[in-house]
Amino acid sequence: MLSADLTRKIDRELTKYPPDQKQSAVMAALGYAQDEHGWLSTDLMDAVARYLDMPPVAVYEVASFYTMYNMRPQGRFKVTICTNLPCALSGANAAANHLKEKLGVDFNETTADGKFTLKEGECMGACGDAPVLLVNDRRMCGHMSHAKLDELVGELSAAADRGEGRPGFDPEHGIHVK
Amino acid sequence: MLNIEIDGKATQVAPGTSVIEAAIALDIYIPHFCYHKKLSIAANCRMCLVEVEKAPKPLPACATPVTEGMKVHTASPLAVGAQKGVMEFLLINHPLDCPICDQGGECQLQDLAVGYGASASRYLEAKRVVFHKDLGPLISAEEMTRCIQCTRCIRFSQEIGGYMEFGMINRGEHAEIVSFVGKTIDSELSGNTIDLCPVGALTSKPFRFTARTWELSRRKSVSPHDSLGSNLVVQVKGDRVMRVLPLENEAINECWISDKDRFSYDALNGPERLRTPRIRQGGQWQDVDWPTALDFVVQGLSDIVARHGAPALGALVSPHATLEEAALAARLVRGLGSDNIDSRLRQSDFRGDAHAAGIPWLGMPVAEVSTLERVLVVGSFLRKDHPLVAQRLRQVARKGTVVSMLHSVDDDWLIKVAHKSIVAPSALVSSLAGVVVAAAAARGVAAPAAFAGIAPTVAEKAIAEAFTEGKRAAIFLGNYAVQHADFAQLHAAAQALAQITGATLGFLTEAANSVGAQLAGAVPQAGGMNAAAMLAEPRKAYLVLHAEADYDFARPQAARAAFRNAELTVVLTPFAQGLDDADVLLPVSPFTETAGSFVNCEGRLQDFHGVVKPAGDTRPGWKVLRVLGTLLKLPGFDAEAATDVRALVTSGAADLMAKLDNGTRLALSAPVAAPVDAGQGPGTPAERVADVPIYFADPLVRRSRPLALTVDSRPPTARMHASLLATLGVKDGGEVRVRQGGGEAVLTATADAAVPPGVLRLAAAHPSTSHLDGLSGPVTLERA
Repeated sequence: MLSADLTRKIDRELTKYPPDQKQSAVMAALGYAQDEHGWLSTDLMDAVARYLDMPPVAVYEVASFYTMYNMRPQGRFKVTICTNLPCALSGANAAANHLKEKLGVDFNETTADGKFTLKEGECMGACGDAPVLLVNDRRMCGHMSHAKLDELVGELSAAADRGEGRPGFDPEHGIHVK
Repeated sequence: MLNIEIDGKATQVAPGTSVIEAAIALDIYIPHFCYHKKLSIAANCRMCLVEVEKAPKPLPACATPVTEGMKVHTASPLAVGAQKGVMEFLLINHPLDCPICDQGGECQLQDLAVGYGASASRYLEAKRVVFHKDLGPLISAEEMTRCIQCTRCIRFSQEIGGYMEFGMINRGEHAEIVSFVGKTIDSELSGNTIDLCPVGALTSKPFRFTARTWELSRRKSVSPHDSLGSNLVVQVKGDRVMRVLPLENEAINECWISDKDRFSYDALNGPERLRTPRIRQGGQWQDVDWPTALDFVVQGLSDIVARHGAPALGALVSPHATLEEAALAARLVRGLGSDNIDSRLRQSDFRGDAHAAGIPWLGMPVAEVSTLERVLVVGSFLRKDHPLVAQRLRQVARKGTVVSMLHSVDDDWLIKVAHKSIVAPSALVSSLAGVVVAAAAARGVAAPAAFAGIAPTVAEKAIAEAFTEGKRAAIFLGNYAVQHADFAQLHAAAQALAQITGATLGFLTEAANSVGAQLAGAVPQAGGMNAAAMLAEPRKAYLVLHAEADYDFARPQAARAAFRNAELTVVLTPFAQGLDDADVLLPVSPFTETAGSFVNCEGRLQDFHGVVKPAGDTRPGWKVLRVLGTLLKLPGFDAEAATDVRALVTSGAADLMAKLDNGTRLALSAPVAAPVDAGQGPGTPAERVADVPIYFADPLVRRSRPLALTVDSRPPTARMHASLLATLGVKDGGEVRVRQGGGEAVLTATADAAVPPGVLRLAAAHPSTSHLDGLSGPVTLERA
């Protein structure tokens, strides 16, 4: 379940903590596991638990607590748009509606081609750039006008066609693709 | 000590005490849900908010340590206002339907809502819904919407149970208690979470909706299962035991009981109860009345003694029988002139008997286990055999006590075990000898001459060296050690180790009345036969008390054959069992239907009364034996009450303690690795290690229907190292034929890295393995 590359990354995290407190590395380990698999399946969390010598339920607690861990299969690009007050005042709801229309999905849904998952997020700490959104938990985009949104969707769609982004879920074939 | 004042009462408390502990010491009640004296502090229910002078806002009493000069008000307007506010929040999502809740009437939330809740809710919006969970056959989580997220169950599983089986997923309004996706709760202590749950979220599955708490009478009793003698509250409605709860006794079970203690009561009301005496005539069982049955037994016994002599009679007493039953059985047998009586039914090596200094016991009070600094446990399936002793060791191991393990399988005790020596049964004595040699070297004293030439392994050295530090040390011999084929030498070697290291030698002892039965004389005292000898050289008549041939003996096959071939086998039992082998079944009371007493592992005599009327024609065992004694015209059977019988055995605690002694005068001999005997039939030879599964250990628990559904009650598999599986050419999960002593069984084989190579771990006391010869010894394995 855990690839050699993944265990190497987890091992590197483990060096930061005392040897009898392996569980300190759980958040980082789950992050790497998600990067590799796209989402955290029960089996994957179980494997992380075994690797870190933790009870599986303790890993499940952490994974379900933080919203950036995906507990279900996602599209190649997860777009999380902030709808908190400063963003909302600067047109976040309009931006969100534009995205919903453009992608043909609602919040927490994945497009039929498996490229995009749309999520509603909380404040990302960049209110000056409102409205903001986050691509795959890492890339922050600000001042998201409709034009910039169209541009972003086009760019990500092309990238997805090239197989970039996270391993996604292919809803058409019901399979999980890398 | 710090001077503080709570509600105007001044007191002195030690630094580090929390406000709630100080208040409890002053007998001041502060409302709370998540706080529990035996669990870590979570401070997440916020119900215990109190006013502390000079603090700007109310503080949680459970998580606020006292400071010098602190003045606390638990019932000031600020405190009560805060508590009422918390209660309103807790009730927002909690269903307001106490009349249909199983917890109604014994619910902390309900009780506190009376004091702190408003008479009507201001919350009109939709309440949250939490889905039910399947946690297995014991704990019901059908109404998780009632949960107030106090996390007591989680902390219990982590801290007391030793393995985090519960967790809280999601957060905020979506937070809910779960076991890991779809898993059941399998801890042997899991039932305690039902008591801990302050609301109706976790309830007892077998008890649910069968009675209301106010309909039940509460009666004190003592657990008839493991050697701890947990104190119980048996709750009774009419003549039926409805449930069993712990009675707090800090010196014994603290506030816990094991699931075995809690859920075994189901068997008391079960279909297998024997309700009338039965006699087998011409191969047919017939229900008879007591006079007929007793007359038959008296005639039979007198006849056999007259024709074959008194030594033709043997008595086998379960160590789960009460002190009174064991005492009168012993008196009866001795009165007839036989000394053939034993209660050590699963033991096979009796060579140490002539050298024993006294009755084996724990060697210390149970509470002292929690103060030990160095512990070596030899041969024990500790967690399943002694769940609450394991719990005590788990707590001290967390605080730095070095716990070591010498065993034949790497059993997971869920305890931080520092050092382990895991060897095959035939090497157990030599491994202990290795520890003795290493300990002698570490202390700079001479090793026993018999152990000359033994070179300790790294693990044995580590175990021995742990004893060089730490004042309070103990060496405990578990059930497996006592049932071991070379028990006498194990005992002597453990004593040698104790003498070298200054540790206390103790026996965990097997059953509720293991110590008491020996005290009562249910062991040969004047050259009579022990349990093994009585089966090896079959007797003409057997008196069997509470024991079952198939499950309670070291050699079930031999027991069955001996009972079947005897002229008269009289079984005193609460259950219809032994139908193939016995001649007379006399229905005697289980622990709930008779007065009696048990002597636990620490030598504490705990007496109890019957809590319900005997079922059907059942009679208390001691009364049946008294009448038998009288009918046989034997002297000393005129006891009027159970207390009179007790007085015959012991005059009190001082007299009792004087008879307990773990010493042995048996000389140490050089350990010989017994060669693996291939004479068991075709196939690959191996050594058998048998555990007695927790829910098959005694006649009562093995008939509990809820416990039969647990993971621990699954049919045993033939567990062995992958290398042995490879030798046999059997895949993990494939079938293997096990042969032992002329018996055989076909079982599922499982690979188990915890079992040493060349060893078969196969549980005893189960129908699927009761045709094999014994708890230990050579077996042969073959692909089936």
